[in-house]
Parts: sequence; structure tokens; C-alpha cells
Amino acid sequence: MSTQSPTSRRRFLRRAGAVAAASVLPMSLIELAWGKGRNFTIGYISDSHIQQIRGTEFVRNWDRGLIRAVAETNLLNPKPDFVVFGGDLAQLGKKAELDHGMEMLAKLNYRVYGVMGEHDYYLDSGQYWEKVFGHKQWYSFDHKGVHFIVLNSILTYDEGNRKWPTDEQRMLEMAGLDNPNGSPFIVGEAQRAWLAKDLARVRKDTPIVVFSHSPLQKIFKNWNFWTDDADEVQALLAPFDQVNVVYGHVHQIQYNQIGNIAFTSVMATAWPWPYPQSYAQAASRLPKLTVQMNRADPFFERDATGWQLVDLDSGRTALRYNLYNNTNRTVAWNPATKQPEDAAYQAAATRIAPQTHY
Amino acid sequence: MSLTHRLPARLVLAFALAFTAATPAAADEFTAADVQRWQAQYEAVAQQGRALWTDGNLGKNGVACAQCHPNAANVHPETYPKFQTQLGRVVSLWEMVNWCLQNPLEGDKLAADDPKMVALLSYATWERRPASTEAAARGPPAAVSGRGPLPPPACRAAPP
Repeated sequence: MSTQSPTSRRRFLRRAGAVAAASVLPMSLIELAWGKGRNFTIGYISDSHIQQIRGTEFVRNWDRGLIRAVAETNLLNPKPDFVVFGGDLAQLGKKAELDHGMEMLAKLNYRVYGVMGEHDYYLDSGQYWEKVFGHKQWYSFDHKGVHFIVLNSILTYDEGNRKWPTDEQRMLEMAGLDNPNGSPFIVGEAQRAWLAKDLARVRKDTPIVVFSHSPLQKIFKNWNFWTDDADEVQALLAPFDQVNVVYGHVHQIQYNQIGNIAFTSVMATAWPWPYPQSYAQAASRLPKLTVQMNRADPFFERDATGWQLVDLDSGRTALRYNLYNNTNRTVAWNPATKQPEDAAYQAAATRIAPQTHY
Repeated sequence: MSLTHRLPARLVLAFALAFTAATPAAADEFTAADVQRWQAQYEAVAQQGRALWTDGNLGKNGVACAQCHPNAANVHPETYPKFQTQLGRVVSLWEMVNWCLQNPLEGDKLAADDPKMVALLSYATWERRPASTEAAARGPPAAVSGRGPLPPPACRAAPP
């Protein structure tokens, strides 16, 4: 006869279950100190592409990616100070898609800041997005000594906006990543003027973190891995000692260093994208620094998707990629080389076969 | 008696004409015009394939092939037949396309010789044509448009 009472057995099983859950959840985060003991972390979820089929039916696959990101972010300990949603909550900018996406995001136990994506914008110029997120399309705020700037980098030129007969047509055309009829993304003159004014009151040694949807650098124009006035935006950010840009849109790991500006992209919760050089018909400029994402099992449902935890260490960002079906990655600022680097795979000899994309 | 004497004169004439007209003749000869015509046939089918590739109505949930595979990238037609993890065996590309039609697109399979399947495969292969050195040297185009002889139609998603 067992000496274990049913109660203690039940307690053991419960504890064993908790340990098992903890071992699969991304809890291995290291708390890093920033400045005067004001260390903090941010959750970053992006590119969920919630897509309506009809009525209350949505594409199950994309829903699952976001639901999982929200559930895991809620389990973080220590808790992030806030969560950023990096754009493309919707697939075709519909109210039903933004409502359904926000219904899932609303389950987060944290304040959520939104970044505008082209899939959120091109149906109604982002009006409904403003309503559901409850803030403007570009804005800035200060948090524990860091100046945060959120840009709408997916605007386009007037002729690109006007050339479509209907709003729905414009949305569809701008939603096609490889659509040659699309129009390049810009931050635009008005927003750049606002940015210059905003930065004028910031000390040069204040750490700056910019969130944008498209890369504020020029990588591949065909798929809008590109912002047409990136050079002008970079020039405004150049005088500051420590600038970090975190961007979505590309559905893949990218990172780069241009002057004082460190760039790091985030993964999508919905699906991964090929690297530009795998399309040989047009030249692209993927930053040489980038060790490409692991391509374990292309289109295994959650392959190469996930969300990020951002640590701010000495005013520089460290992105911890929590990947659903792949080995987790960390891209963090290396103070010795003064650039973002992969914690495990930066040296060529350490790379693995699934990081080769062709 | 010679062979010519035994055959009717009309047949001899036909023989002579056939040899004259078909010199050089036979199956190992084709002209630049033939190649152009065959290429045009192929490109027309590839263009139908591009239309299907960007069509949210190919499957049943509005998802299009191009959503995950812009310009049919990460398809790698040249690597098939190969072992495919999703299917657990060595398959041809059309079988993998069917896996995509049934899973991410939540739709129905196509027969291997279905004109739609042939068009999809033609398009994926067309995007892997050797890149011209001119295109590679030119770098990113000044405008997003103007990327080769096949003008891809607009992306079409399923109607709500």
C-alpha cells in the first residue's frame, strides 16, 4: 500500500505540471540593469495579420499565433513595463479584423502601445486603428529615462495614395508584398518636421528607442523592406549617442548598425518571410551583420514565428526572440564591438545549416 | 529492270519533292521562331500561374500563396523531388503545393495535370529563371514597377 496520501500526490502532480510548463515557457530572462537602477523590459508582439474569412470566421492559423503571444507575455516574470504591438494587426484593415485582433490584445495584463502597419492603414488611412488603440499614429513618451518615439513609417506619396479607384482596391494593392503596382513607404515631410521638433528637447546622451513598422533603412525595395526617406530620418537621429530602432514588417530576424543607430527587427506571430536574396531577380542589401533566422521546417504551422522580450541594457536594446517552433535567439548590443550581435551564432563557425536561405 | 521503272511516275515525283522540301528535315531542327512561340506559350501559362498565386480564392480561407511566398520565393522548384517533412516521404513539387492548398489555404487538392496546377508550377519555376547580370548590376529598381517581361496582376483576396 502506498504511503503517499492522495492529497500529496495531487500536490506533487500539480507541482510537476508547473515545472513542465515552466520549462517550455520562455522564462529564462535575465534582468539587466539600466542606468541608475531603473532596469525594465518591454514585450514586443508584431505582424499578426488577423484575416477575416466571412462574418465571425477568421483564419485560424494567424489567430493562434497572436493568442499564444498574448498568453506567454502574460506569464512573464518579472513583468514587462509595457507591450508594443509592432503593426499589421489586420490583414486588410477591416473593422472586423481590428476588432477581433484587439479583442485578443485586450487580454494582455499590460499597457499596449501600437505601431501602424500598412495592413492596418490603407483602407481608411488608419482612422479605425486610431480608435481601437486610443492614440495617434505617431507620438513619443518618456519612460524611466528612455525617450521612446513611435513613427508611422508606412505612409506613401500622394500619387501612390490617389491612383486607386476605391479604398478597398488601394488596401488590396498595398497588402501585396511583391505587388509591382505598390508604392514605396515614407515617413514623410510632416512627420519628419514633428520628429525634429520632438528631438530638439531631448539631451544628446538620453537613450532613444524608435519603433517603426518598416525598416528605417533601405534593404529591398521590391518587398518594401525599405523606407524611401530613411536617410533623412537617420540624419535626424544621428546626433544622439544611443539610438535603437526596433521594426516589424519583415517577418524575419534582421539587425544592423549605422553610425550610432542600432537596428533590430522582430518576428511575426503569423508567418515568416523569405530573405530578399532568395529572390534572385532583383538586387537586395541585407545587412552583413545579420545571421539569418533558423529555417527549421518551412511552413510547419508555427515555424519561424514568435514574439520578443526587449531588455534595455545601458540604453541599448537586447532582443530575446521567443520562437514557437525554433531555438530561441538573442540579439543584443555588444559594447566591445559597438553593434548588435547574436548571442550564440555571430561567429561564422557557430552557425547551423537551417540559417542558410537560398 | 530498275526500281524506278517498276514504280509509277507520280510516286517517283513525290519522293523527289519530299527529299527536296525536307532538306534539312526531320525532328532535330527547329527555328528561332519556334523557340519564341514555345517560350510565349510557357510565359502565358506562367502568367496564369501568377494570377492564381496571388488569388485569395484558390483556397477556401482567403489566404493566397503569395502571402508567405512573395515572388514564389522559398519554394525551390529545382530541389524536387525530395523528402518533405510535412508528408514524410519523397514527393514532387505538385504534392507539396497540394499540402499548402489543404493546410495554410484550407482548400482542396488539385490533380497533378490540372491546368491550374501546371500554371502554379510554371510560375514558381519562372521566378527561378537565371537572373540577368544586367538586373543584378542595376540594383534595386528606381520604382517598384518594371521587373521583367511578366506583368503580375494585382493581388486578389477573397471577397468578404
